[in-house]
This record gives sequence, structure tokens and C-alpha cells, in this order.
Amino acid sequence: MQLAVWTYEGPPHVGAMRVATAMRGVHYVLHAPQGDTYADLLFTMIERRAARPPVTYTTFQARDLGGDTAELFKAAVLDAHERFRPQAMLVGASCTAELIQDDPGGLARTLGLPIPVVPLELPSYQRKENWGASETFYQLVRAMAGPHAPPPGTKRDPRPTDRAPRCNLLGATALGFRHRDDVAEITRLLGAMGIEVSVCAPLGATPADLARLGEADFNVVLYPEIAGQAASWLKRSFGQPSTTVVPIGVAATRRFVAEVAQLAGLATTPDEAALRLPWYSKSVDSTYLTGKRVFVFGDATHAIAAAHAAQHELGFEVVGLGSYSREFGREIREAAKSYGVEPLITDDYLDVEQAIAALQPELVLGTQMERHIAKKLGIPCAVISAPVHVQDFPARHSPQMGFEGANVLFDTWVHPLMMGLEEHLLAMFREDFEFHDGAKPSHLGGGAQLAPEMGIGAAPAAQPLPAPAAVTPHAAAGDSIAWGPDAEQELKKIPFFVRGKARRNTERFAAERGIATITLETLYDAKAHYAR
Amino acid sequence: MSLASAPSTAGCAQPPILRERGQHEVFCGLTGIVWLHRKIQDAFFLVVGSRTCAHLLQSAAGVMIFAEPRFATAIIDERDLAGLADCNDELDRVVTRLIERRPDIRMLFLVGSCPSEVIKLDLSRAAQRLSKRFAPKVRVLNYSGSGIETTFTQGEDACLAALVPEMPAEPGTARSLLVVGALAEVVEDQMLRHFAALGVGPVRFLPGRSAAELPAIGSGTRYLLAQPFLGDTARLLESRGATRIAAPFPLGAEGTTRWLRAAAEAWGTPEGKIREVTEAGEIRARAAVSRHRAKLEGQSIFFFPDSQLEIPLARFLSRELGMRLTEVGTPYLHRAHMAEEMALLPDGVQLSEGQHVDRQLDRCRAARPDLTVCGLGLANPLEAEGFATKWSIELVFTPIQGYDQAGDLAGLFSRPLDRRTRLEL
Repeated sequence: MQLAVWTYEGPPHVGAMRVATAMRGVHYVLHAPQGDTYADLLFTMIERRAARPPVTYTTFQARDLGGDTAELFKAAVLDAHERFRPQAMLVGASCTAELIQDDPGGLARTLGLPIPVVPLELPSYQRKENWGASETFYQLVRAMAGPHAPPPGTKRDPRPTDRAPRCNLLGATALGFRHRDDVAEITRLLGAMGIEVSVCAPLGATPADLARLGEADFNVVLYPEIAGQAASWLKRSFGQPSTTVVPIGVAATRRFVAEVAQLAGLATTPDEAALRLPWYSKSVDSTYLTGKRVFVFGDATHAIAAAHAAQHELGFEVVGLGSYSREFGREIREAAKSYGVEPLITDDYLDVEQAIAALQPELVLGTQMERHIAKKLGIPCAVISAPVHVQDFPARHSPQMGFEGANVLFDTWVHPLMMGLEEHLLAMFREDFEFHDGAKPSHLGGGAQLAPEMGIGAAPAAQPLPAPAAVTPHAAAGDSIAWGPDAEQELKKIPFFVRGKARRNTERFAAERGIATITLETLYDAKAHYAR
Repeated sequence: MSLASAPSTAGCAQPPILRERGQHEVFCGLTGIVWLHRKIQDAFFLVVGSRTCAHLLQSAAGVMIFAEPRFATAIIDERDLAGLADCNDELDRVVTRLIERRPDIRMLFLVGSCPSEVIKLDLSRAAQRLSKRFAPKVRVLNYSGSGIETTFTQGEDACLAALVPEMPAEPGTARSLLVVGALAEVVEDQMLRHFAALGVGPVRFLPGRSAAELPAIGSGTRYLLAQPFLGDTARLLESRGATRIAAPFPLGAEGTTRWLRAAAEAWGTPEGKIREVTEAGEIRARAAVSRHRAKLEGQSIFFFPDSQLEIPLARFLSRELGMRLTEVGTPYLHRAHMAEEMALLPDGVQLSEGQHVDRQLDRCRAARPDLTVCGLGLANPLEAEGFATKWSIELVFTPIQGYDQAGDLAGLFSRPLDRRTRLEL
């Protein structure tokens, strides 16, 4: 048993729902008890879908467990087929139905429906959401495209020279972080290179579309967590090569373009007219980004890509890299090694919180969960990976991939940080009346004297950063360190947004040296010690 | 003025009830944890279940999940499924670790789920065993919030029912009032003031704010349900000698007056005193409600089943706001507890119990209601079809009972309609 408050991933049948909901003409009958329909609201609320997910739940109850749950399941399949008339169906069990062993695949077969019915075996007690999505997509691709595969060993005909190269885009699903806009961005990028997208799947595809996956010249794997397995089957069955580079970041997009050009047999250089990240990053205001210590956590694909862009394209220093995608542990470990940091492969958010508290980064790039950890610790943060909340399914175009994606990354990651000019001004005028500790941000109405009337506690900026007492190593030891009045006074001169860090560093410095009272000397000794 | 505005068509004592089964688009009882843990401040809720259960709680709890909530899931994995003995050891290990980490916890609920029920993990024995180990500091209880047994708010019923045997016995036959059902603190405080003015008391609440101090119960205990979904709790309270005061639920001006009046009459409060105490609140509530009447009067409303609050809400909307009821769905209809409400419903309302969601959606589309009350899985899809909706879970999390919340309650229903008239899209 694992004690969990937060889970980075849902159960595998939620992954199957993400595939079914992404597609058209597919219906999923899920053998599940009352209550499992909660997952519908992930799609209707977080992704704001305007239609119910194409999922029917059998809703068995305690009184059904005597024996007629199998009949209930068959009735639900027939009913769903009659009502929704899908081109293909998925059938499977949620975690509870897995325990009662009704065999959805076998039961559905006995019904002799006139459409393909794909049974899903999703081991809920071992696997998770992304695995479920990957397995579901793979099973659907096999079932639909399989009958069109040439005999094993058949060599693929070269593309007729009078036809444009064609590829499939694989891996985008419902409830995917920025999948909608990544697909649009990559489709545009490929179009500019003269490459047609044959089928985009699962997002927007029908079962009939899956049947013609083999017609494309190659596959673009957008999200390896979801499409890797299907792509390698397509390679085995149709001889289709697939891309290995995920185009997140400038360098990755350039490498992706080169890889695609090679697969398509084209000699193309990308059009970078709309790419602004490199110049923005070189402009002098970005100098202050140099060496900002960043902690990166997310699914493996986004975490590895973000770490590369952070270090090499924004000039940050990656001080931590991790992922909850255990299936991609090897890739994460390799990437971590290249930054000289310890890889963190865990699905326990408390481990992540501990790592962030210990490393004290200046920026966290992570999921919704890291957003909250960072908020608690008073560290700026941007979201780079699922799981995400409703605000990360934005109305505006916000890809992560391609050149526009790179522009989005720059804005998104830099925004939570103090921009260079702002940081400079705050340091310069920190004793100025407008920038004193009690001053409120100007967007809250200016003067601190307004605060009590507005019902906002006075001097919000002066609030000490929430001390992570329970997580910092020295505090856990239970020893208390006193601050001398001169040191305390001097500490107040440090800008509030780095004061928490200075306080913690100084206290750690003192604790390590057995200093009971922090003096002015200790403060500056610590500053020298931690200076980069 | 009090009840003069009641429509003459009231009287739904024997309305037709459509009983349905099929897909239920509802939450399971685990969801109750999300508000119960806020209410009982020294209790921790440990769900013994699957990753699905943890994911459900996370989805239902929203941002609350990040605020050190007093609930968690012990996720069963494949090793636990191999043998039951192992499963109990694992549970003990998880609970021990939890109690060490959270020394502020005085009561721990082991909450059963569908997976734990199906593998027949005996949580009541586990609770006894762990209670012995952690006595006297922590009491360990258990109940089931599984979807195979409970729908949404029934999780609160199961939790409170688990508390009833723990309540100390009231010596003798001293008279007291027990208000049953989790209410917002602000509502509790208002109710306390009203009861004090009516000379009703002592008044106790179940659940109280502390699990460590449960109210006493005995043959002098009269209890008043503040929520309509408490069938099992009521049964157990009666087995301990308590007697129910029949009343409609305290929603709206009329509901609140009738609810307070029922208690006052049981205490023998003189009629003049009852009028005096209820009139001011009722006038205030009616004034607040009337501001929403223009938007809601004559509009039709359709309820999908969710919380068992549907019938009392429909009564309020029909009698105090002049809405037309089409279908009122409820996951479960307790005939005795709902009798006073049913008597106030207008003729011709279609009640339904249980659900076959696709057929119910067909009926909803055919009825073309002006406003549809439903869960979050249905709300946006119905809006996209052109139906105005009010998502129902908000009605469970928002303080809506009592005089001073009646206007807010009406506002929850008028706002979606107001919004549709404002948007020029």
C-alpha cells in the first residue's frame, strides 16, 4: 500500500478515456461501479469540452455483485451501440471491475456486434494513466491498421516523386498539455516544408483514419509516452520510420526539422522569421537570467526538453531534474547526468517538495503540483507539464512545440521572475519610500495606508516567506539560532524577494558551524560562502 | 405574512415516481470526505482504495488538496491483492506512519471503497485492532464510501452513522435537541441563536467540530435533520432512544420557519413566541429572495439526481420563487424523511429515483427546461446544446440553509439565467 494525497497520474482507464475522447466514432464501455463517472468532469471542466466523453459506465452496485454483473455489462454494450452507433468500440474494466473478473472482451465478443470491438487489458494495480493511453492507442492502431498491413518482410515502395511527402502525427490526446496547439504548430511547420499530414491520431481521428495510417511515408511521434508503442508497431508492420526528436525548444525544433527533412527526402531549411526566443534571450534585459538556478519536474518528455531549453537557450542553471514517468527512467537519468545533477524519479510529491526545499532554486518548472509547492516556498514557478488545471487549457494559441512554442516558453518562464530592469530598480531603490518593506504592489492600489481599509493585512511584502520549517534540514534537528539585532537590521536591507533565501542560507551556515547567535559578520560570511 | 403566499396547488403526497437504473452520472460517497474533513477538525479520513479513489478525491477537492488536507488514500497495489493477511499488515504500517506524522489527529476514519469492499478487506476489524493500539489518543472508526453502496452525500450518512455508537449515553431522560447533518459554522451559529430565542435547548450538533467531544444521546434526545440524506444515521439514533422531529428541511424562508417551528412546538414554545422569533428572519429572507423572483418566476427547472437535496430545493424554488418544476430526480428517496417536503410539492411534478443517464437526457431535451440542475460532467455539454445549467455540487459546498442564506440560495439559480441575458455572443 502506498499513502497518497496527490497523484501525478490517474488510473490507466483514464488514459483509455483520453484516447477515446480524443477520437471521433469510438465509444468506450467501461465496466465500473457508480462514481467512476467523476472522470467525465476532467474533460468537460478542465478541458472545457462541449460534449460528454464517449464513455458508458455499467454502474454496478453492491446488490449486483451476486452474479448478474456480466449481464449488466452486455446490456450496456448493446445499449451503447444502439444509441451511439460508433465505428468501433473499446471495452474494458476499471479497477473494481478488474477484481470481479467479468472478462469484458469475451463478453463483448459473444454479442457479435457488426463493428470492431477492441478489448483493453489495463492492470489498474500496476500501471497508470499514460501507460493506459499508450496501450489503448496501440491496441486501436493494431486493430484498425493491422488488416491493411502487407505481409511481413515486404519492402516499402519509395514515394512517387510527383506526390508530396506524407506523415502521421501521433500521440496527441484529450486532456493533453497543449496538445491542441502543438498539433496546429507542427502541422504548420510541416506544411511550410511541403509535407502533408495524412492522419493526426488519436486527436481528431476516426477508426477509419487509423485504418489508413500505413499510407503515410513516416510518423511524427509528438509524445513518446503515448505514441511510442504504436509507432514501433507501425515500423514493424509497415516499415514506417518515425521521428525521435520532440520539437520543444529552439535547438530541438531545428533538429526535428532536419530529421523530418531527412525522413521525407527533402532538403529544407526552416523558416525562422517568427522565432523570437533567441533575440529575446540575447537582449540585455535577459542578462539577469544568467545562471538562475532552476528545478525541473514533469513527464519525461517535457522535463527533458524544458531542462535543455532552460540551460542552453535561456542561460539558466539546471540544479534539479526529475519525472514521475517511471517508464522513462533511463532517459531522465541520462539527461540528469549531462547537467551533473541527481535524477529524481518519483511519483510522491513529498519527495519533490523535499528536493525543492533542499535545493532552493530561483525558478521551478513543473506541474500543477510544483506550482503549489513553489507557492508554499515562495519560489517563482511556471508550468511545463501535465497534470495541469483549467488555466493551462487556455483559449489563446499557446503551443510548447515549434518556433512559436519557443516564444511561448520564453514568455511563460520569464514572467514569474523579476525582469532585469525591475530587479535592478528594486535593488537600487530599496530604501525608497515606494519600495519599503510595507509597500504593496501598485496594482493593489498603491499606498500601504490603504491596506487596513481594504481588509488586506498591512505590508504584505514584508511578510516573511513561509518558512519551510518542517523540511529544512537544520530546523528538523530542533536547534534554534538567534539573530543579533545588527544582523537582523542588515537582513531587512536585502530585497524581500531574496530575503527568505538569505535568512535560510545564513541559518544553515551558522548551524553547520555551531554558531548560536548570528552577527553581522556571520551574515556576510554566509553570503561569501554561498556566493556563486 | 408568513405562509400566506403558498400556492394553492401544493400537495404532492403521492406523486408518481419513476424508478430507473442504468448509468448513474454521480459521485460516490468518498466525495463526502471533502467537506466532512473541514467540519470535523481533529479527524483524518484514510480511504483504503485504488489509484482511482485517490484521483477522484483529487478531482473533487480541487485546490484543497494542496492545503495539508486531513484525508489521504492508502492505494492498494498488486502485492496487497496477493493475500489478505499481507493487506492488513500493510494497512497497519500505513496507519502507524500516518499517526506518527500527524500527532494532532484524534479520530481516524478508515473509509472503505469499491476495491476494498470487493476484496472483502474487513475494515471494521482493522479499526478495532488499530483503535486498541492507539488508544486512548486516537479512536479509529470505519465506514464505507464506496460507489457500490453510496451515492455522493450518502458518504456523510455513512460517516455519521459510524459516529452514533460512539456517542456517550445521556444519563436519565434529560431533554435535548440534536441537529443532524454537517452545516457551515455560520449557519450553525444562526440556528443556535434562533433556538435560544425559542427556548429550545440544549442544542447539540452531529457532527460537532471535534470528533473527540461527541454529543450525548438518550431517550430524551429529540433530533432534527438538517440534511435530507441521513437515513442510516437516523435509524441508529432511534436505536439509541432518540426521537425524530418531523419537519421539512431549512431551505428558504418557509422551510426554515417550518423547521424551527417543528422544534419549538416539540418544546412547547407558545405560538406568540414562535411568531415573534421567526417573523423577523422570515421577512428578511423573503425580501432577499424576492430580488431573484423576477428572473425565476415562471421559468421551468429540471433536476438530475445528485445529492438528495433536489426535492427540498424544488419545493423552495416552486413555492418561494414561482418556478415550474418539470422532472425532479434524486438518487434515493427516503419516504418518511421526505414526507413533509412531498406534501408541499405542486401537483403534476415528475419525481424520479435512480438514473439511466441517457434516457434522462432524452427526457430533459424533450422538456426543454429553462434551467437544468446537474453535475459537472453534464453541465458544459448541456450548455453547448443551448440549455442553461446550474452545477449541483455547489449546492453542497455553499452555506444555503437558514433565513440569511435564502437570498444566496436563490441567487445560485438566478445567476446562470442572468448571465445568459448579459452575454451578447
